[in-house]
Amino acid sequence: MAGTTLLGRLAWYVAAVIEAHEETQTARTLVLDVPGWPGHNAGQHVDVRLRAEDGYAAVRSYSIASAAQDARVALTVEELTDGEVSPYLVRTVAPGDRLEIRGPVGGWFVWRPAFIEPVQLIAGGSGLVPLMAMIRTRSAAGLRTPFRLIYSVRSPQSAIYAAELRQRALEDQGLTIAYAYTRVTPPGWPAPPKRVDAALLSEAAFSSAQAPACYVCGPTAFVEAVAALLEQAGHDPQRIKTERFGPTGGTS
Amino acid sequence: MLDDRNETPIVSRGFVGRRRAENASLPPGQYLTEDFPVLSAGPTPKIALDDWQFTLTTEDGAARKWNWKEFRALPSVSITTDIHCVTRWSKLATAWEGVSLDTLLDGVTTAATFAMAQSYGGYTTNLPLADLRGAKAWIAFRFGGENLAPEHGGPARLLVPHLYLWKSAKWIRGITLMLQDRPGFWESLGYNNYGDPWREQRYWGD
Repeated sequence: MAGTTLLGRLAWYVAAVIEAHEETQTARTLVLDVPGWPGHNAGQHVDVRLRAEDGYAAVRSYSIASAAQDARVALTVEELTDGEVSPYLVRTVAPGDRLEIRGPVGGWFVWRPAFIEPVQLIAGGSGLVPLMAMIRTRSAAGLRTPFRLIYSVRSPQSAIYAAELRQRALEDQGLTIAYAYTRVTPPGWPAPPKRVDAALLSEAAFSSAQAPACYVCGPTAFVEAVAALLEQAGHDPQRIKTERFGPTGGTS
Repeated sequence: MLDDRNETPIVSRGFVGRRRAENASLPPGQYLTEDFPVLSAGPTPKIALDDWQFTLTTEDGAARKWNWKEFRALPSVSITTDIHCVTRWSKLATAWEGVSLDTLLDGVTTAATFAMAQSYGGYTTNLPLADLRGAKAWIAFRFGGENLAPEHGGPARLLVPHLYLWKSAKWIRGITLMLQDRPGFWESLGYNNYGDPWREQRYWGD
């Protein structure tokens, strides 16, 4: 497993794109076959390197979406309007193309099947990707570790993995999912658009007395706000792991 | 697996990229940003100035302590420097004010060659002591003419701009001098032990 080869050099691998499917109008999942891939933990990311004909290269980091048990590596990429790498990954690359990836990177924002405490996941936008890897890893391990997800999105159309999450929540009593729609709600939604707030946390999240491990991922402002709400609700800051990304977080 | 020294480049069909003008201030693999992105592993600690304390501890356990008032009474300097984050953004000519580590280390007797920076919230990062000396490192408390904001490490953070920014520990509360090196938080989790942006030392073994 990644992170256990002490001080071993983190290698570059050649990855072949096997599948590409749209998640939303601006997000796409790429499924990669990576010969020699050492495996990953849910929550880790990879560096993706693109190279132009003349040798110019650009590298950006993307979270892994696939389960740790999955031999293939799935990345879900959100296109940034001003991005250099993400438009290529969302619009241009096709099955049969090859990329270079390096990783897996990051040993902190991870969930392993051996972890037994309840897990509170809170995602903003494409911050769901590493949390989805945790949900998929738990499921693939056949575990019933209590998981709760709060997913904040602008609109139903911008939600990734919506059908899969609906299905998983139906089949799995140990997984609950709550949405916060910040701009546009689905038809018939009982409340106006709103951000994750203290009321939603008390309704949909584990309480601090249940001492969950909390994973918060999304844009910086979202993560700052949610981490502060969790602390105000009495959660131990040591149990709140955060990952910030988006246009100002270094991925594009 | 690819060997960086002897690889056949994989060309990404149809990728052109957005070439930027060559900029000698940018280390390899970095791009410029005008923003000041935030990267932290947990919630932003809230530290009241009345509770703030900075402790410098030698390998013998001898400790020097400064409360906020004592710390701010030390001579401070203005620093204009480029900063480089391992997540690939760089920001040029940022303006800081801080107390030099030379000032804090002045008169300290030590045989140590390494240091561990410790932060409120539990974060740690290790550096060679030599990298903290010689007007290369500061405890910074102002950024861009303003008090350092909590999300950027306020009230005070370590600033060691010749290394990747994770070495510039936010919310610093102390530095412990060590005879032997040991890895800090990110250094235990896959990131490079030293972190020189000009040698692109991002991860283990770089």
